[in-house]
Amino acid sequence: MPKLTIDGIEIEVEAGTSILQACEQLGIEIPRFCYHERLSVPANCRMCLVEMERAPKPVASCAMPCGDGMVVKTNSETVLKARKGVMEFLLINHPLDCPICDQGGECDLQDQAMAYGFDRGRYLENKRAVKDKYMGPVIKTIMTRCIHCTRCVRFINEVAGVPDVGAVYRGEHMEITTFVEKAIGSELSGNLADVCPVGALTHKPYAFTARPWELRKTETIDVLDAVGSNIRVDTRGAEVMRVLPRVNDDINEEWLSDKSRYAYDGLKRQRLDRPYVRKDGKLVAVSWADAFAAIAAKVKGVAGNRIAAISGDLADVEAQFALKELMGRLGSANLDCRQDGARFDTSVRAGYLFNSGIAGIEKADVILLVGTNPRWEGTLVNARIRKRYLAGGVKIALIGEQKDLTYPYAHIGAGPDTLQQLIDGSHPFSETLRNAKNPLMIVGMGAFQRADGLAVQAAARITGEVYGMFRDDWSGFNVLHTAAGRVGGIEAGFLPGEGGRDVHGILDGASKGEIDVVYLLGADEIDTAKLGKAFVIYQGHHGDAGAHRADVILPGAAYTEKNAVYVNTEGRPQLARLAAFPPGEAREDWKILRALSEALGATLPFDTQSQLRQRLLAANPIFAAVGQMTPATWSPFGVQGAVDAAPFVSPITNFYMTDPISRASVTMANCTEALVGPAQERTGTHG
Amino acid sequence: MLRDEDRIFTNLYGYQDFGLEAARKRGDWDNTAAILQNGREWIIENVKESGLRGRGGAGFSTGMKWSFMPKNVTDKPVYLVINADEGEPGTCKDRDILRHDPHKLIEGCLIAGFAIGASACYIYIRGEFYNESSNVQRAIDEAYAAGLIGKNACGTGYSYDVYIHRGAGAYICGEETALIESIEGKKGQPRNKPPFPAQAGLYSCPTTVNNVESIAVVPTILRRGAGWFAGLGRPKNTGTKLFCISGHVNKPCNVEEEMGIPLKELIERHAGGVRGGWDNLLAVIPGGSSVPVLTKEICDTVLMDFDSLRDVRSGLGTAAVIVMDKSTDIVKAIARLSSFYAHESCGQCTPCREGTGWMSRVMQRMVTGNARMEEIDMLLQVTKQVEGHTICALGDAAAWPIQGLFRHFRPEVERRIQAYRNSAPLAAE
Repeated sequence: MPKLTIDGIEIEVEAGTSILQACEQLGIEIPRFCYHERLSVPANCRMCLVEMERAPKPVASCAMPCGDGMVVKTNSETVLKARKGVMEFLLINHPLDCPICDQGGECDLQDQAMAYGFDRGRYLENKRAVKDKYMGPVIKTIMTRCIHCTRCVRFINEVAGVPDVGAVYRGEHMEITTFVEKAIGSELSGNLADVCPVGALTHKPYAFTARPWELRKTETIDVLDAVGSNIRVDTRGAEVMRVLPRVNDDINEEWLSDKSRYAYDGLKRQRLDRPYVRKDGKLVAVSWADAFAAIAAKVKGVAGNRIAAISGDLADVEAQFALKELMGRLGSANLDCRQDGARFDTSVRAGYLFNSGIAGIEKADVILLVGTNPRWEGTLVNARIRKRYLAGGVKIALIGEQKDLTYPYAHIGAGPDTLQQLIDGSHPFSETLRNAKNPLMIVGMGAFQRADGLAVQAAARITGEVYGMFRDDWSGFNVLHTAAGRVGGIEAGFLPGEGGRDVHGILDGASKGEIDVVYLLGADEIDTAKLGKAFVIYQGHHGDAGAHRADVILPGAAYTEKNAVYVNTEGRPQLARLAAFPPGEAREDWKILRALSEALGATLPFDTQSQLRQRLLAANPIFAAVGQMTPATWSPFGVQGAVDAAPFVSPITNFYMTDPISRASVTMANCTEALVGPAQERTGTHG
Repeated sequence: MLRDEDRIFTNLYGYQDFGLEAARKRGDWDNTAAILQNGREWIIENVKESGLRGRGGAGFSTGMKWSFMPKNVTDKPVYLVINADEGEPGTCKDRDILRHDPHKLIEGCLIAGFAIGASACYIYIRGEFYNESSNVQRAIDEAYAAGLIGKNACGTGYSYDVYIHRGAGAYICGEETALIESIEGKKGQPRNKPPFPAQAGLYSCPTTVNNVESIAVVPTILRRGAGWFAGLGRPKNTGTKLFCISGHVNKPCNVEEEMGIPLKELIERHAGGVRGGWDNLLAVIPGGSSVPVLTKEICDTVLMDFDSLRDVRSGLGTAAVIVMDKSTDIVKAIARLSSFYAHESCGQCTPCREGTGWMSRVMQRMVTGNARMEEIDMLLQVTKQVEGHTICALGDAAAWPIQGLFRHFRPEVERRIQAYRNSAPLAAE
C-alpha cells in the first residue's frame, strides 16, 4: 500500500492506483480528455499533467502508478502552465462552432477551456478541416472537432469488441475513421457519442433537436430487452428527445445498447391515443365510456373459462397484476405472460432467473451458453461476458447457433443432445466444466421456445447439478430472458391458474371457438390469425399486430409515460418513472384496468397505485426490494423427458426490431437496413 | 587522434568483403564461446566498466540498461531488439555497419542477448535500407550455417534466434517503444512510460532496445578489455565513436574517432575542412537534427562528447555533424527541420501533434520575414509548451532546433522581419 503526498495531503492507496485516481479519492479534480475509467489508458491528451518531485518533466497522472514516498503537486505554477499549454494546442485547430454544436453545454473541452483557456487565440494560420466520416445510422460525425483522444477507438476495440474504428495517418493529419467508410457493426455504437468528450461524434437522431439545458431529465428503466438497463430520459414538453445510460455497475455499467438508446422516436409514431371500437369491420374512435360499454356488453355473461388474457413483452408488473386480479374476478384461469410460447417451469424461481447476476459473470471461469445469442438477446450481458474474456483465464463454449459474439468461444454442439453428453460426461468439454471453479451457464429463450422446453430446462438443470452450479457460495445457472415484462409477469403470478390454459392453449381454444374473449395486454408477438372469431380487447400503446386484430382498443402508456415496476432477467425489480404524459386520451395501464373492472361489475380493490402495490407486496414480497436481487433458493425444476435433437434457434432475427416501439422507429429501420436487412444488390445507379 | 590499432570498425568503408570469412579475418567471432562462458554478470560488469554509453542519441549507460532487465524470468521470453531504424537527418553510421560489418552486429546481438537472458533478437531495419537488410540477412544466414547462432550457439548450449524486421518508413519508429509497437504489427506510436520495456516491452515481455553501434562495439570491448575502451576518450565519455560529417565540408565522410575530439580537429582532419576555410563557418549542428545549433565561436573550442556538448546547451545525439558555411540561410535550414518534425510526428499526443505543425508554419513565415516581432517570443513559448510535455522525445527534438536558432541567431530573424515590413509596409500590418 503506497503512501504518497498530494498537494501536502498524505494518502495511502491500493497498489496500482494511478495518481489521478488518488487525486479523485482526495477530491482533487484533474482535468482530462483521453482518460476514461472503463477504458485502457493511453495518456495521449496530456491534460492531466502534474508535477512530481524528482521527476525531470511533468508526468501524466492518469498513467503514473502511485509509488511510496511520491510528492505530487497538482496546482503549482508549472502544472497550470502545462495545462494551459495543452489547452491552447487543443483549441488551435478546434472550430469555433460551439453555438451550433450539439455537444454545446455538455462538452468537456468547453468546460475545461473555461478554466484553462486563453482569452484570445495566438494561432494565425488556417485551421485544419477534416472530412466527415460515415459511421452508420446512429453516429453523426463532425471530424474537424476531433481532439484525437482515441476514446472511441478504445471503446469499440475493448468494450464492444468490434474493431471497426481506428486512427489513420500521422501527425496533425491523423484522423479517426471507420475501416473503411462502413457502418459500425456494433450494437453498442451509440456509446461512442457518450465517450467522445467533444462534438466530433454525436447522436444522429438527436442532431439539432435540443439543447441540454432545456431538457427535463428523468431517471428510469429501459424495457426494450430484459437486462433492465438504467437510463435517463430527457424530455422537452411531452416529447422524448433522447435516452442516455445511467451508471449501474450491477447491470449496464455505463453503457446502453443502440436499440434502448435510439428506439425512442418510435414513441412518437403509430401511437394509440384514444379508444376504438370495431363497428362493421372498421375501427371507430369512441369515448372511454363507450369502449368500456362495448366490452361490458360482450363480456358480461360469458363463462370464466371462455375468457383468456395474454400479456406482452413491455407490460409492467402493476398492469399484469391488475389484469390477473380482474381475470380472477371474472372466473378465468386462462392467462399467460409468455406470449412467445416458451415452455419452462415457473414453480422454482431459480429455474427462470439470471441467478448469478449480470455482474456475477465476472466471477465465472467457464461460461456455457445454451440456445442463446447474447449479443442480440442481452447486448449488455454480452458486453459483460466480453469484459470477463478480456480479463483473461476464462473458457467460453456455446451450444446453439454459431454467431459472432465479439469474443472467441468453442462451438460444442447445436442442440439438446449435447446437454445429454455433458450430463453423462461423454463430451470432451465435460473435463473443462469439471475442473471449473465457478462454472456458469446461460440458457436463452431459444432453448425454451420449443415443444420440449420443459425437458431441456430439466436437462440444463441436471447439467448444472453435475458441474456444481448450484452451491451455497455460487449460483451459476442463468436464464436470459428477452422481454422486460416476462419475469415481472411470472413474479406477479400472470400464469395459467388451476386448470387454466397457457398461451398455446389459449390460441388453440380461440381458433377452435372454445374461447370467446381474449384480452391482449400489449401482446403483439402472437400469431393473431389463431385468435379465430374471439372478441379481442387490445390494451397497449402502439398500433401493431394486436391492435390490428382488436375489436376494442384501450390506449395505454409506454414505459416512459408511467410510474411502474419492471423486473429484469436477474429478478431485480426496478422503478420506471413518468418522463412525459401519455398522448391524447391514453392512460396508465393499471388505471385502465381499474376503470374497466368497475364497468364489468368486478371492481378491483384499489384506488391508488400505492394500494395496488401493497396488494402486490402481499402477494409476492420480492417486489419490496427495489433495485435488489432476492436470491432464489434451489429445488429441482423442469420435467425430465425426451428431448428433440433439433438445434436451438435464437428467437431474435433482427436485433433492431423486437417490439412495437422499435418497429415504429425510423432510426431502427435505418439500422436494420444498414446492418441486418437483406443485403441489397447495389448498382451503379443506386443513390 | 585515434590510432589505427584502436579502431573497432575496420571495414567501415567496405574495402573488404562483409561476409563471414572476411569478418573472421578482421577478428570477429574469435572464440565468442569463451566470452559467453564468463557468464552474464561478467559481461554486464565489463560493459559497465568500459563506460559505454548508448550510441543512439540519449547516451545512457549500456551496461546499466542491461542490468535493469529482470533476472530469472521463467514464465515468459525475454527479447533483445536492435534499433536499426536510422532516420535522424544527417546520420548514416549504422547504415555502414549494417552493410559493411554486419557480423560485428550479429556477434554483439548474441553476446548482449546472452547477457540479458534473451531467447531471441529482432533487428528492426529502416525500410529504405533494402541492400543493408539483405546484407544483414546474408550474414545471419552465414552465422546460422556456421553454428554461431541458433540452437547451441557457438557450442555453448545457449539457443538464440536472430530475426530481421523491416520498417515501413516512419521516423518515429526509431523511438524504442514505437519500434516495439511496429514489430507487434501496430501503428508506430510511442508508449507511455512506465512501464519501461525492461518490464513490459515486446509482446509485454521484458525487452532491451539498443542501437546498432552500441551493440556492434560490445564484442571488441570484451575481447580487448573494458580498460582499453575506458582508456580512450575522456572520463564518463569513453571509447570510440562513429562521426558522420556532412554539409559544407570539402570531404563529407563517416569516421571512427575517439570521444572528446575537438570539433574543429574532427572537421579539419577528416572532412577536409569547411568549404572556404574555417572562417567561412556559420554554424554546426553537432548531433543530428534534434540538437540545437552551435555558432562558430563555440565550434572553435568545443569537444565532441556527451558532457561537453551538453555544457554548451546542445548534445552529442547521434554524432551527425552537419556543417553550414556562411552561404547558408540558417532560418530556412531550421525551418526545414521544423517541417520534417511536423511531417514525422505520430499524432498521438496533443502538444506534439498540434505544436509541430504550428511551429513549422511560423518558421516558414520567418524565412521571408513575414511575421511580427512579437511572434519570435510567442514561438519560443510554443516550443516550451511542447518540450517536456509529450509522451516521447520527438516533441523535444522539434523544439530544440528552434530554441537553438533564437539563442544564437535572433538578430538575423529580427532583421528579416524588419526588412519585410520596410519593403511591404501595407502587407505587414
